[in-house]
Amino acid sequence: MSLYEWLLFLHVVAAFLLVAGLAAYGVLVLGNGGDAARRALAPPALALWNAGGLGVLVVGIWLALEVDAYEPWDGWILAAIVLWFVASAAGGRLSRGVRERAADRAALLLAVMGVATLALLIDMIVKPGA
Amino acid sequence: MTPAIVRPDGWSLPLLVHVAGAMLLVAALIVALAVTAGALRRGDDAAVLTRLGFRSLLLGVLPAYVVMRAGAEWIASEEAVGEPAWIGIGYGAADGGLLLAIVATVLAWRAARRGAAGPGGSGRAVLVLSLLLILAYAVAIWAMTAKPS
Repeated sequence: MSLYEWLLFLHVVAAFLLVAGLAAYGVLVLGNGGDAARRALAPPALALWNAGGLGVLVVGIWLALEVDAYEPWDGWILAAIVLWFVASAAGGRLSRGVRERAADRAALLLAVMGVATLALLIDMIVKPGA
Repeated sequence: MTPAIVRPDGWSLPLLVHVAGAMLLVAALIVALAVTAGALRRGDDAAVLTRLGFRSLLLGVLPAYVVMRAGAEWIASEEAVGEPAWIGIGYGAADGGLLLAIVATVLAWRAARRGAAGPGGSGRAVLVLSLLLILAYAVAIWAMTAKPS
């Protein structure tokens, strides 16, 4: 496998982990599992969301540097970075709320994470302007 | 440096459906794995977590599989790629994975019916099947990205 193929594989795996973290938070916030679900899902949700988020950003920027036609300051890549910060900010607040059992606006934060992640996926596939 | 791979615009929507379905499929499997592992560890929470595991498989994995598979057929018909090895790996993981996912869902239903008695052997089987499916889909993700000929 070439470096590009490795980077693309790791970038996509990180995106899968990010979505798995989002799904785990979704079950925590919207499901009716109560404390049992929180004890079982909060640690993997945080780990998946953080590992996936860090992975997509670091490997994504590495990919942008590796591929001839892309630069980290391309519009669609800058849009992805902005969306990443939006999702991360909401995810950070939600994970704190889950840890402290403060459910204030948990559904709203989850919705922001979900919409930003979906927009990231669309941006990565369509690559507007690339 | 590597040249960019440019896709026609018409492929974006079917690819989005395929990838989004695959992401939800793996995400629901990981949730099912986590709650089933929790059910096997925690006596008091076992009934709630086993039920969550069953619902993750029934309402998460199986619908996401349909979306992923429909997206795969759609993008394959648009691309007309033929039968390279990476497509074969993808179909193998998807079709074999469906059988395992259905078996895991039935076993999770049986485990959920045990209630407070804990998930038992059915729960352990769900855990193993979920892990196997995640590994199979990791291979499929590698095949879809590296595209070995």
